[in-house]
Amino acid sequence: MIDIVVLFFLFGLVAGLARSELKLPAALYDSLSVFLLLAIGLKGGQGLATAELGPLLPQLGAVILLGILQTLIAFGLLRSIVKLGRADAASTAAHYGSVSVATFAVGVNWLMTRSIEFEPQMAIFLAVMEIPAIMVGIVLARGIGRDTDWGLLAHEAFLGKGVTLLLGGMIIGWIAGPEGLAPIKGLFFDLFKGALALFLLEMGLIVSHQAGELRKRGFVIIAFGLLMPLLSALLGLACGLALDLSIGGLTLLATLAASASYIAVPAAMRLAVPEANPALSLSFVLGVTFPFNILAGIPFYHWLALQLTGNPS
Amino acid sequence: MSLSTEKRTLLCVITEAVLEQTLLRDLDRLGVRGYTVSDARGRGSRGIRDAAWDEAANIRIEVICARALAESTLEHIQARYYANYAMVAFLQEVEIIRPQKF
Repeated sequence: MIDIVVLFFLFGLVAGLARSELKLPAALYDSLSVFLLLAIGLKGGQGLATAELGPLLPQLGAVILLGILQTLIAFGLLRSIVKLGRADAASTAAHYGSVSVATFAVGVNWLMTRSIEFEPQMAIFLAVMEIPAIMVGIVLARGIGRDTDWGLLAHEAFLGKGVTLLLGGMIIGWIAGPEGLAPIKGLFFDLFKGALALFLLEMGLIVSHQAGELRKRGFVIIAFGLLMPLLSALLGLACGLALDLSIGGLTLLATLAASASYIAVPAAMRLAVPEANPALSLSFVLGVTFPFNILAGIPFYHWLALQLTGNPS
Repeated sequence: MSLSTEKRTLLCVITEAVLEQTLLRDLDRLGVRGYTVSDARGRGSRGIRDAAWDEAANIRIEVICARALAESTLEHIQARYYANYAMVAFLQEVEIIRPQKF
């Protein structure tokens, strides 16, 4: 049975492709993304309040390396096989090395719907994995030094909306703990699915706008957009196994690795690597990888996690 | 009775919202004392920019200042951003009151 939130995505996609008049206000999209980021942060922070923080540091190091490795692999493939120019390859690779909050939220929802537990630090992984790929992408595009305003970019990367809200939510959740969060649970936890459904409706509309670019370049975009997340998911699973994560944690880390950024990275790349074509990167990420991950990827990564841990059900 | 006005130049820049902070910093550095920023949407050589979400959002920055400053700012913007960003910028003569303000 397909998840209800995914049906909203398909609805938006079909409505957009049919050129329906449907348009959600931009302020709603912004508000929903603030809500989702805070909700994910709060949930993670709440879990961390009762967990050991000691083992966290090496885990963070591991997921940062994972993000860097993914960016380098994507860059190599895009240069050698897809034959993109240096700037476009570096920019697109950074998208794939980073993560997508929307994909993560669908993954969380998929696991919650099936009552599968996962580690609370997944929300920290989400925040941490957003950043290294941006730095690596910029270095791949223009080398170190020379006319890159690192101060501005660091500000953009570390204090961007996504990371700020995730970390803020996490700190609030961590301080408050499950009991302190009880009064706002109705808004942030119980309404999570409804908000995600609305958000995915808008995502469907946004993805439908990618159709033109897809038709232009077609096959290579689809091939890379499907193969890269599968490869990244395997790397994510390997990393998760090394960190001894649960089935739910493995599924989510594979989902994070497979997901590609379409908010933080495009904005940073637009500033740092302006000669890269943003429409090209987004056609990979939004036209192929995002829909693939939420429609087929997440259940598949869960299945892989079951096989790898030796308890297929 | 006629209102006593003076001539100044209006510099208007319509571009990608992602450039807002960078451009405003440039304006400050070039000596611009005030500006107005508004959200915009439209269509041009880089397709429809309908502001449905951040990546497709435009802004419109308006600056009223002396002709020389408007020209040097426009030249700076042209040299630095025209090649890679969706951008339209133009100058226009306007009549203002309170000349000390601009």
